[in-house]
Amino acid sequence: MIGELVKRYLRMDRLPHMWCPGCGHGIALGALLRAFDRVKIDKDRTVILSGIGCASRVVGYLDFSTVHTTHGRALAFATGLRLVRDDVKVIVIMGDGDALAIGGNHFIHACRRNIDITAIVLNNQIYGMTGGQSSPTTPQSMLSTTTPYGNFARAFDFCNLAIGAGATYVARATTYHVSLMTELYASAIKHHGFSFVETFTQCPVNYGRRNKFPDPASMLKYMKDISVPFKVAQNMGSDELQGKIVIGELIKEKEDVELNKVVRERIMKFRGGAQ
Amino acid sequence: MSAKLIQGNEAVVYGAIKAGLKFFAGYPITPSTEIAEMCARDLPKVGGVFIQMEDEISSIAACIGASLGGFRAMSATSGPGFSLMQENIGYAIMAEVSVIIVNVQRMGPSTGIATAPSQSDYMQVRWGTHGDHPMVSFAPFSVEECFTEVVRAFYWSERISSVVVLLLDEVVAHMREGIDIDNIKDVVQIPERGPFPEEKEGYRPYRVEIDKGAKLPPLGTGYRFNVTGLVHDELGFPVENPEKTEFLIKRLHNKVDAVEDEITSYDERYTEDAEVIVISYGSVARSSLRAVRELRKNNVRVGFFRPITVWPFPSKRVRELSKNVKNIIVAEMSMGQMVLEVRRSIVENCNVTLIQGIKGELITPDIIYNTVNEVISK
Ligand SMILES: Cc1ncc(C[n+]2csc(CCOP(=O)(O)OP(=O)(O)O)c2C)c(N)n1
Ligand code: SF4
Repeated sequence: MIGELVKRYLRMDRLPHMWCPGCGHGIALGALLRAFDRVKIDKDRTVILSGIGCASRVVGYLDFSTVHTTHGRALAFATGLRLVRDDVKVIVIMGDGDALAIGGNHFIHACRRNIDITAIVLNNQIYGMTGGQSSPTTPQSMLSTTTPYGNFARAFDFCNLAIGAGATYVARATTYHVSLMTELYASAIKHHGFSFVETFTQCPVNYGRRNKFPDPASMLKYMKDISVPFKVAQNMGSDELQGKIVIGELIKEKEDVELNKVVRERIMKFRGGAQ
Repeated sequence: MSAKLIQGNEAVVYGAIKAGLKFFAGYPITPSTEIAEMCARDLPKVGGVFIQMEDEISSIAACIGASLGGFRAMSATSGPGFSLMQENIGYAIMAEVSVIIVNVQRMGPSTGIATAPSQSDYMQVRWGTHGDHPMVSFAPFSVEECFTEVVRAFYWSERISSVVVLLLDEVVAHMREGIDIDNIKDVVQIPERGPFPEEKEGYRPYRVEIDKGAKLPPLGTGYRFNVTGLVHDELGFPVENPEKTEFLIKRLHNKVDAVEDEITSYDERYTEDAEVIVISYGSVARSSLRAVRELRKNNVRVGFFRPITVWPFPSKRVRELSKNVKNIIVAEMSMGQMVLEVRRSIVENCNVTLIQGIKGELITPDIIYNTVNEVISK
């Protein structure tokens, strides 16, 4: 079945992809294709944007209208596009450095504005493309080329940040949890307003190698071990949740207010209701 | 409508809306803020969208997004904000997205003096973003010209499919003049994008001749191409092929070179019998014109030349003029930036004198008046 989806949604002439063997970005892409199938996405009415990084290279392979923007700025490009075009779905795919370091300010404001955009961050806790420097999600004490004695800073909690900033759909999965990932991507795409799915993924080459993960499988197993489903986490104390990540839908607001709608309605008023 | 007293910044907004502006994203900064505020008030009335972004980086990014969506987009800023926009200016040039940036020049470097006029971003406009690239920029010197030149900026931005910078300075932006907006003549008509082929499959937006701009249909209308700031092929996909790279970089330049004569505009007066010519642009040109008229009353054979298209600089015409005069005086509110273009353009035995304006105030007519007299009596 995935073979069929590959043909339907990927630019076959752009393959093979550039990701390293064992990289988690491909697993996330697979889940995305399944989610596309599930929501019956319209290839001609969907625009997919990305920033810069290994994760962001995904747009090159997707057979849609695609925009590979500048490092960290994809959400800002998407905001402009979505505000003038409420006839298209807008999906943004970013890396953790892309979305949270250089693009952190755009990320929180995109959450706050609640414009109808789906943001997917592939969080491999490292800068993959530039060769393994630390990112804002690199855990404390872990090694990277720019934290050769261990990272002193704490890692951002992406989802808590998004919730605090006002995103109306926030969810988390890992590349171990493929069917959950697919389900979350699909509901995020269907959500009206700003939806965000963080995906923990593995970069065996630039993170795993330096941090005592012998192979990609051990990284997947690690993600499985630290994941706690949202419902289970509700009954756990903060001590018990130390070192764990909560997966599933963390927030899903039913209310359907998004900025586009408000803006559009005002414009309609000016025009006396006529389009 | 009859004549109304309005500001340069206001005229920019009236002109932009006349040109079909539908999207403005910006971040407040003196002395350009009125443009954002007016767009916030007036754009919704014509079915457009205004958004205040979190900074200037995202402002230009949002404009590029809206333009890719098929709508005319503009942002306005000053010094510090213009510096922040540079990376995405390069993106729009590389990906060939039309977008208008208004830069109201103020005193720098850095935060400088927020309310003081300056012309020291002249070279930044041209070379501010990294990499080899062309640049088109217009600099009005009156309120009416703020209106007509922003329309022309939109026209050219659509034609070459790239960034055009409307270059103001604090004086031009805040000066008030009475203009009758509905009766301004010679307002250019702006071409619609396209037409695009019916066959959408495999459409190549960057498959154009070596002296033409890309043809980008609005995203999400069935043409499934890629847009990137990387060196790319005709479909918009990244390539690292030497021939394709060279072709792209050349084409980006050629598409502007090919229309240079058409883009170039200037205001030239009293040059026929001139012994000395004063060259200046923007608000300084108003002082120059005043000085030149006074000098003419005293039978001083002085000419006036004002580039309206500041990039590409009207080199050919300046070179012609330099053949017949011994002296050129350049007056600009900077340590001397446009003067470098003048020096590059002239023939050998013409002298150039620079009047620097680095006090954060407009160069007055009497400074220019006195300098002309000094140069002539040497
Ligand atoms: C303005 C700017 N600064 C730096 C870079 C270099 N750069 C490219 S990708 C990247 C980090 C990518 O890391 P991440 O976003 O986590 O994605 P990954 O490659 O891990 O998927 C950096 C720093 C750039 N392209 N632009
Ligand atoms: S460097 Fe890391 S993130 Fe990039 S492709 Fe390789 S494994 Fe994936």
